[in-house]
Amino acid sequence: MTLRENLLAMVRGDSGADRVVPRSGQSARLTFATSAAMAFLAVFAMALAMASGRLAERWSDALAQSSTIRISAPPAEMDAQTWAVLDLLEQTPGIASARALTTEDQQALLAPWFGPDLPLEELPVPQLIEITETDAGYDADGLRQRLAAEAPGAVLDDHDRWRRPLAEAAGRLRVLGWVALLLILGATAAMVTLAAQSALSANEQVIRVLRLVGARDRYIARAFIRRFTLRALTGAALGAGAGVLAVALLPSARDTAAILTGLSFSGTGWLWPLVIPLLAAATAFAATGIAAFRTLRSLQ
Amino acid sequence: MIEMQDAAYGYGAEPLLSDLSLHLAPGSFHFLTGPSGAGKTTFLKLCYAELLPTGGNVTLFGHTATGLSRDGIADLRQRIGVVHQDCRFLDHLPLSENIALPLNVTGKGGMTQKTNLTELVGWVGLTARAEALPPELSGGERQRAALARAIIMDPDMILADEPTGNVDWDMSMRLLNLLIELNKLGKTVVIATHDLALIRAAKQRVQARVLRIQGGQVTAAGADL
Repeated sequence: MTLRENLLAMVRGDSGADRVVPRSGQSARLTFATSAAMAFLAVFAMALAMASGRLAERWSDALAQSSTIRISAPPAEMDAQTWAVLDLLEQTPGIASARALTTEDQQALLAPWFGPDLPLEELPVPQLIEITETDAGYDADGLRQRLAAEAPGAVLDDHDRWRRPLAEAAGRLRVLGWVALLLILGATAAMVTLAAQSALSANEQVIRVLRLVGARDRYIARAFIRRFTLRALTGAALGAGAGVLAVALLPSARDTAAILTGLSFSGTGWLWPLVIPLLAAATAFAATGIAAFRTLRSLQ
Repeated sequence: MIEMQDAAYGYGAEPLLSDLSLHLAPGSFHFLTGPSGAGKTTFLKLCYAELLPTGGNVTLFGHTATGLSRDGIADLRQRIGVVHQDCRFLDHLPLSENIALPLNVTGKGGMTQKTNLTELVGWVGLTARAEALPPELSGGERQRAALARAIIMDPDMILADEPTGNVDWDMSMRLLNLLIELNKLGKTVVIATHDLALIRAAKQRVQARVLRIQGGQVTAAGADL
């Protein structure tokens, strides 16, 4: 019998085979409860991975397309250097637009720290130029060299030193989320294996009788595998449903990008938790199968 | 059908059975006797490949026992009906399902077989108890049910390990009659028992060979049997 035929037989079921193994038992409840609890946790791990993935992309996108040039020059030279830099940027390939921030813009930027009445014209505040890149981007090293020649007081900040650690941190969070998901699957597999082994041991006499009357290993294993797979599937479906509900009820991110308030799914991402019961069932299928055939081989 | 050539089996270093050389022909009737612990059950287990010989050779229906795969052994057991003293039922299933178990596990539980099941349950006199659970049955009922289960696949051979160990004389005779009836239908029957009265009673009605296991050897029993 091929794997496909085995799987089909598993899905179709066999009322006779289902009945040969006694229904009651701690292992059955353990498998159901473990799968439900693990699926609940898996939803959060998945939400974390996906939310941090979105966060990493948002931070990268928000900062990657923009740069800033800061010009620190004596007041007398400020305008000249600003124009020189704007001219230079206009001729630089990869730059979509460049705009010198107005006094009002700069005041708005400093207002959170110094209040709205800051006399900006009396302070040696550097002039900021906001750059928007094209998709192709520009040569930052080349631009720095040209700025050094044309406007010695200008410093290019391409946001790389801010962007990289943020994107890295979010990327690591995403990896952590997926690793947590894998660990949860591994723990589920271990617990289902233990439960299956316990059930197989408790039913050793049943297995001996089945072998005695001519049952093949596949038939006996299928009775256990189907039972544990269905329990894991239903338990995980329940746990995943509860997990999705819990995630949906978390406070929304609103306009902040904080990781804790952004722990959620978005769009079609809400469909991903559907995979969790299937993964739990596949894990139970494999774990029970391995445990069943190992136990059966030890019995003649 | 079953052939042993210098076959041996031991649970530890010391062999329990050794130098077993015999042939169980189709349609023959055998009693296996000997003191407790002599190896009667072990001998039967070698016959249905629950144990594999540690020495020599056992050939079951033309296949070397040690060369059989696990599926091969399962298939072989569809040709051998086994009745144990403790019957070995699935206690959570009613009697009728226990008797039909060999049909279900081999995927042969069709309509015709279900009709056969009804007839068989009637043949062993358990129609009224068909839906009872095994723990609710008496010793004799359990033995008759075990016999019904052993023959539902229409096997070529029936191995019975102390089938009358837990029942009174009347029930022993009833079981013996059933086994003799099966033998007359062409089934090979091997009964392990230490009940010499049963053997004597059987020999008056059927041509039976009596094998004695003692000291790890199987020999033909003397004239007293």
